[in-house]
Amino acid sequence: MSEPRLIEISPVTRVEGHGKVTIHLDADGNVDEARLHIVEFRGFERFIRGRLMWEVPVIVQRLCGICPVSHHLAAAKAMDQIAGVDRPPPTAEKMRRLMHYGQVMQSHVLHFFHLAAPDLLFGFCAPAEKRNIFEVLKEHPELGRRAIMMRKFGQDIIEATAGKKIHGTAAIPGGINQNLPIEKRDAFLKDLADMEAWALDALALARNYTLEHMETVQNFAAFPSHYMSIVREGDGALDLYDGNLRAINQAGDRLFDQLPCEAYCDVITEDVRPWSYMKFPFFKSLGPDDGWYRVGPLARMNTIDFIDTPLANAARDELIAANGGVAHAILANHWARMIEVLHCVEKIRELLHDPDLQGTELRATGDRRFEGIGVIEAPRGNLIHHYEVDENDQVTYCNLIVSTTHNNEGMNRAVKDVAIKQISGQPEITEGMLNQVEVAIRSHDPCLSCATHALGQMPLKVDVIDASGSVIASRATDS
Amino acid sequence: MSGLRFEIDGVEIAARDGQTIMEAADAAGVYIPRLCDHEGLRHQGGCRVCTVKCNGRSVAACTEPAPPDAVVENETPHINKMRRDLVEMLFHEGNHLCPICEASGNCELQAMAYRLDMTDPTRFPYLEPCRPVDASHPDIALDTNRCISCGRCIRASQDIDGKGIFGYVGRGIHRHVAVNGPDLAHTDATIDDVAVSADVCPVGCIIRKRVGFSRPIGERDSDHGLIGSNAKAKADD
Repeated sequence: MSEPRLIEISPVTRVEGHGKVTIHLDADGNVDEARLHIVEFRGFERFIRGRLMWEVPVIVQRLCGICPVSHHLAAAKAMDQIAGVDRPPPTAEKMRRLMHYGQVMQSHVLHFFHLAAPDLLFGFCAPAEKRNIFEVLKEHPELGRRAIMMRKFGQDIIEATAGKKIHGTAAIPGGINQNLPIEKRDAFLKDLADMEAWALDALALARNYTLEHMETVQNFAAFPSHYMSIVREGDGALDLYDGNLRAINQAGDRLFDQLPCEAYCDVITEDVRPWSYMKFPFFKSLGPDDGWYRVGPLARMNTIDFIDTPLANAARDELIAANGGVAHAILANHWARMIEVLHCVEKIRELLHDPDLQGTELRATGDRRFEGIGVIEAPRGNLIHHYEVDENDQVTYCNLIVSTTHNNEGMNRAVKDVAIKQISGQPEITEGMLNQVEVAIRSHDPCLSCATHALGQMPLKVDVIDASGSVIASRATDS
Repeated sequence: MSGLRFEIDGVEIAARDGQTIMEAADAAGVYIPRLCDHEGLRHQGGCRVCTVKCNGRSVAACTEPAPPDAVVENETPHINKMRRDLVEMLFHEGNHLCPICEASGNCELQAMAYRLDMTDPTRFPYLEPCRPVDASHPDIALDTNRCISCGRCIRASQDIDGKGIFGYVGRGIHRHVAVNGPDLAHTDATIDDVAVSADVCPVGCIIRKRVGFSRPIGERDSDHGLIGSNAKAKADD
């Protein structure tokens, strides 16, 4: 019998942000506990207080360099409400939607090709030095080139609509600060055929991988959970920019439906645990043990009724059929992600042909309000921004629930599931085994930077452990 | 009208009697960097960014009378380094967060940093002062984190608006711009005051409410060239 051991994977690689995994092994080498720890602290919810309401969409997007558009737009939607605007003018809404589709496209492409593809193309247990984008480029140069060009297309869309590829300033309370000039529209239209063809190829790659590895996919951290996303008002279609909340349980039955986003507080609350800077949201009605849920591309495929673009809708039908209903296999997220890339290309085409993008009514005004809740489907899933603003235009309250936070419990369960299956009882623990733990995290495409905006005193726990693994001293500060 | 001549960096400049070096240079389309000076306001000579060498002696170009037959050095490596040091110290004194500031792209401090090739954070330790945002006025907000104490608002309010809304208080490193009341809402300030107009405050300290970020990236003051690069065209107008 050996000593209990602690394995630490730090940092978790090929994700956005900084986190680590700890795996506690008992004396028999079985996994006792496995956790994903988020080790960075951001504090946005606190230092946004006192700032002026029109600054908020520009400040909070600095949470992230990968999906800043999502934060920019969620905050702008909240500030629309505070500016007394229920619906910005059509040009403003369509410019924002175009920005968002460009953003989702480039973020999904980044994750699939740059971060996940090394695992999928070379295998989870391939040598570590092989699992990177440069090896993908070396062995699959055309695939790598397309990945770069598709991401560039999405980023160019963002630049044309937001002003910059990263951290633009276009969405302002009540509208947008620019429209899309004809010459920029025409430049994008020229590239659309390539984008659609490449999106279809990427979809085929993700689909085929899933179907060809169905046994692995169905056994790799594939456990049931609840799911939540916004769906389009009325018909329940996929809508990444706007809609109402819908949640389903493990069997696909609706827990709530077409719930106005402003009522999120009625159904969701957050738990805090001392070992992570990331909170644990859950459905109030089910409690913290049973009420946890997941968000993201696969969650959206599960919650929606259909997709309003034909190619993506057909692909979604196939995904649902292949999984026999609600899809719980986290590796199927890649397939769902590529369906959404195709959907984004289809929506971008639709928008580029819409003359409203050249409209000149950019901003609306209304009667001032003091609370705003903006909800959007970010690439990684549902994103909630909630603010209160006083009569002087200064923020007095902020609560952000980001996609990765929604998925916190699911990621931790996935980590433990894979750790138990891969590591428990193994005489030798290889790097490949540990990478599979990272694959489980990576399939959620977490953004740890976005997720660490905790409010209040930093939760911190320090354990001093002796050679036999016993805790001999402990100090903790609760949040 | 009598006149005189001098040269700046080898360029001959014609000046009228009573003109400062900066006024004569502006009229000739030669740019001398400045922060506290502003067209239409009396000269102050406070920021010293306009320092030039006149016959080898350092002077503030905005207040120094145009010298007959003098040799003035303006854009030399030595002078620009001194200017960059001054600008760096302004960044070090306040809380200038360009990435989230609504004045970004329209800010003279930021533009001057670019012109003087200050491409890294200041090498001086940031003081990170705790300064309040005064958003009490219905139309105007003051974010004094960004104030560089140039005094342009003080001169505009006193000399043009005739109100004296703004003034300096404190001494030494603690000297700062304040309003003549408990907060801006309790002063006579109105949105029509010249002192609060968009171009008097060179940074993002005096803010007109609810219009921030209305100018898209690409259409801001600094999006098409370094500050001062239009000096010749301006003089020709």
